[in-house]
Amino acid sequence: MDPLLSGNVDLMTVVVVLLKVLVAFAGLLVAVMGMVWFERKALADMENRFGPNRAGPFGILQTLADGMKLSFKEDLLPEKADRFVFRLAPLLAVIPAFLTFAIVPLAGNFSNGNDGVVEILGHKTFMQVADPQMGILWMLAMSSIAVYGIVLAGWSSGSKYPLLGSVRASAQMVSYEAALGLSIATVLLIGGMLSTNQIVAGQYGLRWNLWMTGIVPFFIFIIAGTAELNRPPFDLVEAEQELVGGFHTEYSSMRFAMFFLAEFMNAVTMSAIIVTLFLGGPSGPTFGITGWISDYVLPFIYFFLKVLLFLYMFAFFRGTLPRFRYDQLMDLGWKFLIPLALGWFLLLATVRVAADQGWNLPLTVVVCLAVLAAGAGLLRAAIRNSEHAEAMAAGSVAKDASEVDV
Amino acid sequence: MRVEMFTFLLAGAICLGGALGVVLLKNPVHNALSLVATLFGVAVLFVNQGAYFLAAIQVIVYAGAIVILFLFVIMLLGVDRETDEGREPLVAQRPLAVATGLAILGLSLVALLSAGQRATGDKADLAPLNQPGPDINHLAEVLFTRYVYAFEITAVLLTVAVVGAVVLSKRTNEPLIDLDEFPEGTVVDVRRRADDAKAQDEVDADAEVVAVPDTEGDPQEGGDD
Amino acid sequence: MTAAVLQNVLASVGGLPSIEFSSVAPSIILALGGVLLLTVVSVTKDKLPVWFPAVWTISAAVAALCTVFRLWIRVGKWGNLSLISGAVGLDRFSLFVIGTLCVSVVMGALLLEGYLRREDLEGPEWYVLLLLAAAGGTTMAAANDLIVLFIGLEILSIAVYILSAMHRRRMSSLESGLKYFIHGAFASAFLLYGIAMVYGATGSTNLARISTFLADNVITQNGLMLGGIALMLVGFAFKVAAVPFHQWAPDVYQGAPTPVSAFMAAAVKTAAFAGMIRVFVLALGPTYRDEWRPMVLALAVLSLLVGSVMALVQTNVKRMLAYSSIGHAGFILVAVHSSTAMGTSAALFYLLSYTFMVMGSFGVVAVVGRKGDGHHQLSDYRGLGRIRPGLALAFTIFLLAQAGVPLTAGFLSKFYVIRSAIDSGDTALGVVAMLAAVIAAFLYLRVIVAMYFEGEPGDEVAPVKVPAAVSVAIGIALAGTLLLGIVPDPVTHAANEATAELVAPRR
Repeated sequence: MDPLLSGNVDLMTVVVVLLKVLVAFAGLLVAVMGMVWFERKALADMENRFGPNRAGPFGILQTLADGMKLSFKEDLLPEKADRFVFRLAPLLAVIPAFLTFAIVPLAGNFSNGNDGVVEILGHKTFMQVADPQMGILWMLAMSSIAVYGIVLAGWSSGSKYPLLGSVRASAQMVSYEAALGLSIATVLLIGGMLSTNQIVAGQYGLRWNLWMTGIVPFFIFIIAGTAELNRPPFDLVEAEQELVGGFHTEYSSMRFAMFFLAEFMNAVTMSAIIVTLFLGGPSGPTFGITGWISDYVLPFIYFFLKVLLFLYMFAFFRGTLPRFRYDQLMDLGWKFLIPLALGWFLLLATVRVAADQGWNLPLTVVVCLAVLAAGAGLLRAAIRNSEHAEAMAAGSVAKDASEVDV
Repeated sequence: MRVEMFTFLLAGAICLGGALGVVLLKNPVHNALSLVATLFGVAVLFVNQGAYFLAAIQVIVYAGAIVILFLFVIMLLGVDRETDEGREPLVAQRPLAVATGLAILGLSLVALLSAGQRATGDKADLAPLNQPGPDINHLAEVLFTRYVYAFEITAVLLTVAVVGAVVLSKRTNEPLIDLDEFPEGTVVDVRRRADDAKAQDEVDADAEVVAVPDTEGDPQEGGDD
Repeated sequence: MTAAVLQNVLASVGGLPSIEFSSVAPSIILALGGVLLLTVVSVTKDKLPVWFPAVWTISAAVAALCTVFRLWIRVGKWGNLSLISGAVGLDRFSLFVIGTLCVSVVMGALLLEGYLRREDLEGPEWYVLLLLAAAGGTTMAAANDLIVLFIGLEILSIAVYILSAMHRRRMSSLESGLKYFIHGAFASAFLLYGIAMVYGATGSTNLARISTFLADNVITQNGLMLGGIALMLVGFAFKVAAVPFHQWAPDVYQGAPTPVSAFMAAAVKTAAFAGMIRVFVLALGPTYRDEWRPMVLALAVLSLLVGSVMALVQTNVKRMLAYSSIGHAGFILVAVHSSTAMGTSAALFYLLSYTFMVMGSFGVVAVVGRKGDGHHQLSDYRGLGRIRPGLALAFTIFLLAQAGVPLTAGFLSKFYVIRSAIDSGDTALGVVAMLAAVIAAFLYLRVIVAMYFEGEPGDEVAPVKVPAAVSVAIGIALAGTLLLGIVPDPVTHAANEATAELVAPRR
């Protein structure tokens, strides 16, 4: 729990909370603007062109210009739209994106096992908007809500392509949430705590969950997270060759801008969550410096650099990877990621029990891996069998049809 | 007014409003959204009681998975039009439903209000949950000690559900038969029946009839052997 | 969470529970059998012989039955136990019920084997669900905790909902699955609401704790407790198809694949009554019997009369058996109503003999239904006595047993039930039960008359094939029905020993 709220709540407490909310919100908006510009620049670089370079130095104000342009456009409401839901959907996309960011620790001294407490206006507090008990589950809850933004936008447009986009979105996001949750579970298994602050605090001194959980959950999280964001290569929700613009085809002006904002806000937030869960968040060496530099400046720089890495990764995905086909997407999620995440979770759990019980650790790991491999083999055999049976069924149907024709 | 009371009233109002919306609104998607509102209200009530984990799970599971699947089905089947509830298949069904609902409400209220403050007896079962510290840890302890058996056999329940879902969603290529209604062993032409039903129900002209297997190829199917 | 705090908390909940796997061995064998069967078959789909799933299922059920015998002896040595932090009650009552369920799995698998081959529906899923359903039933029978009871009930019910919709080419099967699912979901909701209320009133879901709490304390405000009892009773009444919560039964029994109807009539009823006896007779019997007994009395009388009378006017034999099973539920409710050890053993004896009788009856109905499972009119039984004398004779015996003719299991089970009613001072109820038995005898005679005396000798009768597996099942049922009627002593003795007891969990 945030020490800010454990004592008496006075006026200054309220001020501190408001201050944190304001800074986080403004910072996130700025980060989103930066992210849009950064991605366009990075993509342009990969495609050997300049990208935005007119508005401001290096075109850095391009996003602002685009935003202003969008806000002056006509706000269209399709005739067949469900008015209330059509207006509600963009809000449902944006608000969870921001709320998720609230649990990310942005700074604070986490070195040498410190718990990241800083003092603002005479109150001890964490450098994150909120540290709820449900911690990282909050992120899962909010990403559940974010699905509604997309699904309802597609449905309420009263048009076929957006509807298809939202049908795809609902299945995709629910499917990958399982893999996402399972890889988060491994982190919780290592740390034993839900609170993001304590997850970060547990990773001091390079004890990053990245290797403490054995790297596999990290990759699962990245893949599932990308799918959860509906970003390339999992952007089937808005596959323009198939669905025009996908779920937001009918949106224009500020409502469209909100979806755009939500998408990039989600990308930033997801990067921040990855950093929090697996890369120790704002923690890093302080070189013996104390005071405000070690409390605010250094941690924030660490945090920023780590986040930047993943923002570049998302841009890189967009620039390089072809889009998945829908059945491939579902196969990857259900037949590969979820079993792998589940198996890995069991492995880590067994290793923990082995450590507690004083079993022979290498032997345990080998036995576990053997069991997992056997499970994977069974799964593969079963999948191949069912595919075979399906092919047989399809073949027999085709045969019947031809007989009838004759 | 205390904060808890205020939150309770607000969340309770959301719950009840949502529940009324589920029953009274005519568009299935709006019903589903009202259900989300109710579930959200319940989640807030959980937070108000200090059950943070339960609140998170409530949102993740119910709002994030179950109602989304409702929406998925509603959208996929194309039943998201306003439903006509003017015609009643059973006479007096609606008044009876209202009466029964009111009776159950009355029963619950009487049961709760008559119990008052002395509703609960032994509080020992919940004691581990009321200790300081994150509630998820206490919850885990209770789950793996007192309720470990119930927790484990839930796995069997889920297995049954999965097997059932897979089995029932398997497609069958053979024609439907119904010997109870057509004892002579005739094959029932599902398409014809669907058309009849459609004409009776005065469904919208653009409603799609679910594809049915072609039965003309094998008229002897389903007869006596 | 530091280790010290963990120790504290563990101490407060009574330490880490020891899980005595051997005590729940029947449930484990059945559930594991189902899951393993699923795995084996999904990996080696077409390479296994057609009979494999049925044989596997029967072996699993027989293995479970063997563990039941072992546990029976163990209970004899060490007395009744409450295990796995009080969630499982190991007593002879639960073992008797589990044994009954295993018997119905064996017969259900045999019936399914022949049925599925005839209907071209061979597949392992049927047997997987059968085994898992039985695992749910056994869990329920041994449940010492309302949550465990509820989950067991759900495992059982959901598996049976699916089974009844699994003849996917028959529309009435789909209809019956859906109907059963919706009604069953309602029932579960009632039961769960009732459990929540009882938990609210007593502060525990453990039956032993509830019982001791109610014995030690007098609840001054009874609203929650009474509401909870009423709602739980509604839930159970739905599951056992007692009037007025029976409307689903005829449609579902008629529409479901006939072997599934058989399993439904035998196993679901057995498990649900076991749960009912554990909750009402054991946990609430000593303190709240004056409150729930009148309600059970009403259910029993209505079930007896409505079941018998409505069965008379049916022309579809499956519907007729459905209504007669409602009547049988009424009989068992009479035994529950007595709320004594004698009533409990009468109910157990009734459940075992009913399992044999109803499995056999539905077995005959399954083969007479012929391909398509649709020939269930009384007229379809005309001349059966001529073309299939053995089958007709077996059916006659099952029907006479259900009617309660001496030298069959039916007579003794009805006798024990009525004796328990009269013993607890309800002579009137006993008279009603006897009256209902007389009315019901008519209906069974109708079928017998149709088989032997209707139709001209020259009439052409559609041939009836009896698969080997089904004849084995009918044989077992026949043997059970007759043996229980002629030499009932071993089973009567066991049923009398099978008194249930709520043992408080060790703290």
